[in-house]
Amino acid sequence: MNNNENRVLACIDGSALTEAVCDYAAWIAQRVEVPLKLMHTIDHHPETATMSDLSGNIGLDSRDELLEEITQLDQQRIKLRLQQGKLLLETAKQRVMQSGIGEPILTQRHGSLVEALIELEDVTRVLVIGLRGKVHENQPDKIGAKLESIIRSLHRPILVVNEPFKAPERIMLAYDGSAAAEKALDIVANSPLYKGLVCHLVCVSKDDDKGKLLEIAENKLKQAGGIEVVAQKLVGKPDLVLCEYQETHDVDMTVMGAFSHTKLRDLLLGSFTAKMLLHSKKPLLLLR
Amino acid sequence: MLFLSKKQDWLGNIRGDLLAGIVVALALIPEAIAFSIIAGVDPKVGLYASFCIAVVTAFVGGRPGMISVATGAMALLMVTLVKDHGLQYLLAATLLTGALQIVAGYIKFGSLMSFVSRSVVTGFVNALAILIFMAQLPELTNVTWHVYAMTAGGLGIIYLFPLIPVIGKSVPSPLLCIAALTALSIYLGLDIRTVGDMGELPDDLPIFLWPEVPVTLETLKIIFPYSTSLAVVGLLESLMTATIIDDLTDSSSDKNRECKGQGLANIGAGLLGGMAGCAMIGQSVINIKSGGRGRLSTLTAGTLLLIMVVFLDEWISKIPMAALVAVMIMVSIGTFSWRSILDLKKHPLSSSVVMSMTVIVVVFTHNLAIGVFVGVLLASLFFANKISHFLYVESEIDEDQNVRIYRVVGQVFFNSAEKFIQSFDFKEAVEKVVIDLHRAHFWDITSVTALDKVVIKFRREGAEVEIIGMNEATTTIVDRFGVHDKPEEIEKIMGGH
Repeated sequence: MNNNENRVLACIDGSALTEAVCDYAAWIAQRVEVPLKLMHTIDHHPETATMSDLSGNIGLDSRDELLEEITQLDQQRIKLRLQQGKLLLETAKQRVMQSGIGEPILTQRHGSLVEALIELEDVTRVLVIGLRGKVHENQPDKIGAKLESIIRSLHRPILVVNEPFKAPERIMLAYDGSAAAEKALDIVANSPLYKGLVCHLVCVSKDDDKGKLLEIAENKLKQAGGIEVVAQKLVGKPDLVLCEYQETHDVDMTVMGAFSHTKLRDLLLGSFTAKMLLHSKKPLLLLR
Repeated sequence: MLFLSKKQDWLGNIRGDLLAGIVVALALIPEAIAFSIIAGVDPKVGLYASFCIAVVTAFVGGRPGMISVATGAMALLMVTLVKDHGLQYLLAATLLTGALQIVAGYIKFGSLMSFVSRSVVTGFVNALAILIFMAQLPELTNVTWHVYAMTAGGLGIIYLFPLIPVIGKSVPSPLLCIAALTALSIYLGLDIRTVGDMGELPDDLPIFLWPEVPVTLETLKIIFPYSTSLAVVGLLESLMTATIIDDLTDSSSDKNRECKGQGLANIGAGLLGGMAGCAMIGQSVINIKSGGRGRLSTLTAGTLLLIMVVFLDEWISKIPMAALVAVMIMVSIGTFSWRSILDLKKHPLSSSVVMSMTVIVVVFTHNLAIGVFVGVLLASLFFANKISHFLYVESEIDEDQNVRIYRVVGQVFFNSAEKFIQSFDFKEAVEKVVIDLHRAHFWDITSVTALDKVVIKFRREGAEVEIIGMNEATTTIVDRFGVHDKPEEIEKIMGGH
């Protein structure tokens, strides 16, 4: 694996979760020993108007004048936001450097966050992002507006941060025997990120067959070494049971596959990932 | 695909879109009436068309924030059709126009816009402005001084009112002009022409009607030439407007979807008893200026237009034509590119000629399609002429062996073939001629024929001819577009320059 090509990418927007995002990103970058990249995007919103002149007339060369006027407004507005973004990035840089990371890479991009992330996907190893951005900062019953489309369009692990940083000691791996879960299991078994942690392998199912699968999974994880494994089979509504388990066993981070179903099915039955995003009190590491 | 749109295209700018939609709807009423009068049909034909086209393009158009309605460019094309054959044939022609535009969308007509140079676009808008202005002249001849005074007063209101702080920018001044002049003419009881004198206004919602024309080849023969012109001009103006809005809003649009959207809108208009229309530069600019950006503003404009004309038809019929003329003069002033007059001196002569010829042809034919065709043709000829200068032939003589070596550098094609032949000295008595084509580019069959000619001439003078680098020179005769779009391929062909 070429270290220059794979980075931990942290998305920063100056919301309350920004500091936590920086800390978690720094933690991952240190454990897997890859460079850290901090990114801030400036969304232009061409679909909203910046000026409104209702005089409804057009005069001499008013098209050229209008273009000039709108361009000037945009220039001032975006310049300001560029500077704000620079400050944010600088603050974040100081913060991650304090936690012992060498010089992080800073980057600013124009356009929507989703587009920027898709462009950078090839050089991203893990994406770290806050559960909600500035817009929904004070609405605990909402997740960020772009989060689902980001998770759906990227095929990299994504850590969704929702509380201040606490170095994870115990993690929970939601296991259901599906292909996505097997993949998640492989990743946890092989990545340096999870060495030395306690992993609760949890399966929520009424099915007894799942118990055997869970046993196999447990052995697999134990063989990988370096991870202390606790396997548990529970019954109930997956999202509620998992969140409850999380609290009772003081789990610091949950690892799970995400959005493995089509949009249509999720629309009808409700997405498990979306429920977990909303109800989990601890960061979620989503594996695609 | 045609009906999909992003949520933010509809709801990203609700307040701005609603306000702008109202401003545009108010501005549309006088214009739709005026354009109906230009086409020679009842005002309701233009108003129904504007309603339908605006609403349909709001959903299926490719450029959010663009205003498509009954327009002057289209109205000018239908004058003779209406005069000779009547309204029903116009409706049939409108349906056919829509069908042609949908086909154009599927064969990606939008990408052909790259052949329409900037000078042609400028010529198009200037010609359009001149024609709209000229169409107002009948209202200004053989009338009493009242009409002149009112028109002048109306223009005064339109241009001076926005200068008043605060309220100037919150009330549409063309609306104020119409309201003031209508009130004045009613108050003074002036006997001047009003909108009501020009034909029927809508008093009800439009209904679906199949045009009452015989479905025969004869009908097709009549409407087809009109429909083709309408389809071409409609798409040209729509795509030009889309580009203008792309620039203004710093965003991109789907040009081929716009073509299909225009087609659907025109089919709708034809079925609702409306005339063909397209996007309108002036109104779209007003929409953006008023803060409209999304599909919602177009939908608001269209719906509100219909509601207003259906409920206010009594009042609308009392609007004096002088007020309408004032608004249309504003439209023509706003459409004209005044900067282009200053640019005539600054721009290269060929660009200015293309622009002026486009204008002149349109003003004489009243057909923007012909004007654009002439403009594009001229621009291409000028371009071919310029490129033909990029050719020279250098030569040296090897006196010992009496051999003349010619090195051809540059572009050989139909326009430079003659120059290519003339670069050789056939009168020189040499034993052998070497023609080095390594750095020459042969673009077409004419250039190959020219080379054959040169070889034959030399042979007739008794010389041996050797050609080197023929393969490199002819790699440019490739008629498969898009093969050479990689940098290394281009470098291979154009190498040595």
